[in-house]
Amino acid sequence: MPTATDAPARARKHSTDVPRIRRRVHSVDRPRRSVSVTLLAGLVVLYTVVPLAWLVISATKTQTDLLGSPGIWFSGHFALWDNIRQTLTYDDGIFGRWLLNTLLYVVLGAGGATFLAVLGGYGLAKFGFRGKRTVFALVIGAVAVPTTALAVPTFLMFSKMGLTNTPWAVIIPSLVSPFGLYLMWVFASEAVPTELLEAARVDGAGELRTFFRISLPLLAPGIVTVLLFTVVATWNNYFLPLIMIKDPKWYPLTLGLNAWNDQAATAGGQPVFNLVITGSLLTILPLIMAFLLLQRYWQSGLAAGSVKE
Amino acid sequence: MRTKAVRHTLRGLGLVCAAALALTACSSSTTGSGDGGPVSASGLDTALSQGGSITVWAWEPTLKQVVTDFEAKYPKVHVNLVNAGTGDKQYTALQNAVQAGNGAPDVAQIEYYALGQFALGKSLQDLSKYGAPDLSKQYSPGPWTSVSINGGVYALPMDSGPMALFYNKKVFDKYDLTVPTTWDQYVDDARKLHAADPNAYITNDTGDAGFTTSMIWQAGGHPYKVNGTKVSVDFTDPGSAKFTDTWQKLVSEHLVAPVSSWSDQWYKGLGDGSIATLAMGAWMPANLASGVPTASGDWRVAPLPQWRQGQSASSENGGSSLAVMKSSAHQDLAYAFLKFANAGDGAQDRIKGGAFPATTADLNSQAFLDTAFPYFGGQQANKIFSDSAKSVVTGWQYLPYQVYANSVFNDTVGKAYVSSTPLASGLKAWQDASVKYGTGQGFTTGQ
Repeated sequence: MPTATDAPARARKHSTDVPRIRRRVHSVDRPRRSVSVTLLAGLVVLYTVVPLAWLVISATKTQTDLLGSPGIWFSGHFALWDNIRQTLTYDDGIFGRWLLNTLLYVVLGAGGATFLAVLGGYGLAKFGFRGKRTVFALVIGAVAVPTTALAVPTFLMFSKMGLTNTPWAVIIPSLVSPFGLYLMWVFASEAVPTELLEAARVDGAGELRTFFRISLPLLAPGIVTVLLFTVVATWNNYFLPLIMIKDPKWYPLTLGLNAWNDQAATAGGQPVFNLVITGSLLTILPLIMAFLLLQRYWQSGLAAGSVKE
Repeated sequence: MRTKAVRHTLRGLGLVCAAALALTACSSSTTGSGDGGPVSASGLDTALSQGGSITVWAWEPTLKQVVTDFEAKYPKVHVNLVNAGTGDKQYTALQNAVQAGNGAPDVAQIEYYALGQFALGKSLQDLSKYGAPDLSKQYSPGPWTSVSINGGVYALPMDSGPMALFYNKKVFDKYDLTVPTTWDQYVDDARKLHAADPNAYITNDTGDAGFTTSMIWQAGGHPYKVNGTKVSVDFTDPGSAKFTDTWQKLVSEHLVAPVSSWSDQWYKGLGDGSIATLAMGAWMPANLASGVPTASGDWRVAPLPQWRQGQSASSENGGSSLAVMKSSAHQDLAYAFLKFANAGDGAQDRIKGGAFPATTADLNSQAFLDTAFPYFGGQQANKIFSDSAKSVVTGWQYLPYQVYANSVFNDTVGKAYVSSTPLASGLKAWQDASVKYGTGQGFTTGQ
C-alpha cells in the first residue's frame, strides 16, 4: 500500500536543485538501493499480508479440512462458495441481519459523527467566540480518553434512560468523535482561506451558503479522511455493542461472529470455525473496498497540516 | 470446564461488575411478586392460562426445541429466547443488567459453579415458595446439591456432567496401552504413549479451573468451605495434594499437550489422535459428534480413573441450571417455564437433542441406558455415565465468587504450565488471590 510520505517527497523534488541530484544518480524516481531497508520493508509486508492470506486460504476450507490440513496452504477441496452460501444461510440467515445492523450503525453513527465533526471543526476554525480556548482544551482532553473507559458509565446512564439493547445505544455514542472534530478543525484552518470567506461575504452570501458552496468543496479531502476514520471505528466497534446489546437480532457483525466462535466452547454446541472465518472475510471486504476507492483522499487528508506552506 | 476460563478483554469489566455484584452492593429492587406466600400448582396454571411474555437468556442449543414445544402447549405465553453470550460472557452481561436495575431477563442459564455467586448476590429468586424442594428426589445428587444454597433452592438443574474418561481406542490399540483404572496407570500410559510417538499426548492441559476443581473434587478434596459469609480456601488438604502430586508428574515431564480446550487445535488433536484421552463431563459425546466427525468410531468411554485401586469415586464437570431472576416481573411464568424445561416434557426434548440429563428417572430408564452410540462404535456409554452420576463425591462446595476466582486461575496456577513454578505453588497463589478478593468483598475469610 502506498504511504503518506509520497506527497511531501514529491514536493521536495520540485524545490531541490535538479542537476545536482542527477550527478548523484539517486533521485526519488531512482532511489539508492538499501538491503536493510528492503529487508525491513519485506518483513513488514510479510507481517501484514500473512494473516490476510491465511484468512483467504482458510475461507476455502470446510470445517473438517480446516482442522485436517496445513494452515497456510489450500486443501484439496475448494469450498469457498459453499462456505459463503452456508454463512449467509446458517441460523436462518442471521448473518445478513448482522450485516444490515452494521451498515445501520455505520451510516447513522459514522455518517452522523462526520457531519457533526465537519460542522464543529469548521465553526471552531473560522469563527471567533468566547470560550474557544476552553472548547479546545475539552476536545484535546476528550481525544485522550479511550472510548472503552467510557463504555461502562455510558451503559449505566443509558440503562436508566431505557436505551440499552436498542440500536440507539450503539449509534448515539458513535456520533461523538473528538478526534474527527480536531482533525476537521485543523484541516479547515488550513484548507479554507479566511480571505475567500470574506470575499463571499462581501459578495452577499449568507453564512450557510458560504459553508455549503465555498467551504464544503474545499473541505472534501478532510471529510473523506474523517469519514474513513469513523467508518473503520464503527465497523470494527466491539466493546460498546458488547456491553449495550444483548439481543442477537441487533448484533453488529463483530459480535455475531464472536457468538458463532463461542459455539465451539459449550456443551452441545456445534463448532463452525469455517463459517466464522468466511464471515470474517466477508466482513473485511467492504472496508478494503472503501480504502481502495478512497485512498487518494485518505492520503491527502492525512498529510494535511504536515507541511507549512 | 464448559467454557474458556479466561477472556482477557472482559477481565476489566468483569472486575467492575463483580464488585457491584458482591453482597453489599447488590440489592436489586424487586419488581416481581417478591417473597410473598407459597404459590401452588394451580397458581402456576392460572399464570400460564393468562399468558404473557418472558425473556430467557441461555446459550444451550437444545432449548430452542423446548421453547417451541412450550409455546405450543401454552399458546398464550411467548418466550423470547436470547443467546446473550456463552458462560462468563453472559454472566458479565447479567451482572451489568442487575447492577443497572433493568434489562435483566426473567430466566437465565447459569452453570453450577457460578450459581452461588448469583444466589448470594441476591440476584436470584429462591424457588422454595413454588415447592421446588419437593423436586429433590427427581434429580441426581450432584446437581441437586449445586442448586441448594443456604437452605434455599435457587435454580432447577438443566443438565449434569458426571465425569468419565473418553479415550481414542485407535491410539490405545496402536501403542498397546491399557485403559487406565487408576491415575497412576494413567501417568504410565502417558509416558509410554509420548515415548512411542513424541507428537502424541495422553491429554491436553494448559490450566483449566473447571477441570482442576473437578479433579480435586473426585480426589476427595474440600479446598472451599463456605458457611454463610464465612469462606475458607485451602489447597493443601489431602485431596488436593493427591491431584497436585500426580498432575505435577504429567506437567513436569511434558506429557500433556500444550493446547487449550475448545480451541481449533484442540478439535484437531481430538481428530488426528495426538490427544488420546479426555477426562470430561458426560455432555461431551454431542460435542465430539459435531466437532470431530472424522474420528467417529475411534473413541470409547471408560469410567474415570481412580485415586485408589477399587474405588468408584466421581465428580461433576460443568453442567448448568436455569434460574429465575429476582427482578423478574413474571416470576410465576418464569418458574412454569423452568419446570417444563427441566422437570417436564422439555427434559425429553433436550435428551433427544443430545443433552445429558440431571433427572434420575431418565438416568435410570432402560431406554436411556441401552442407547448405543454409533460415534463410540456402538458402545452403550450411558451406563458408564449413569454409574458415574451415582458415585459423585458429596460435600463439594464452590466459592460464592467462583466466576471471579476462575478468571484469575490462569494468572496463578497457569504459570505452572509454562514455567518451572510447581503446581502446588500455583495453587497457593490462587488461594491467596481468592482469599484476598473474598476479604475485599466483605466475606470473613480464613484458610
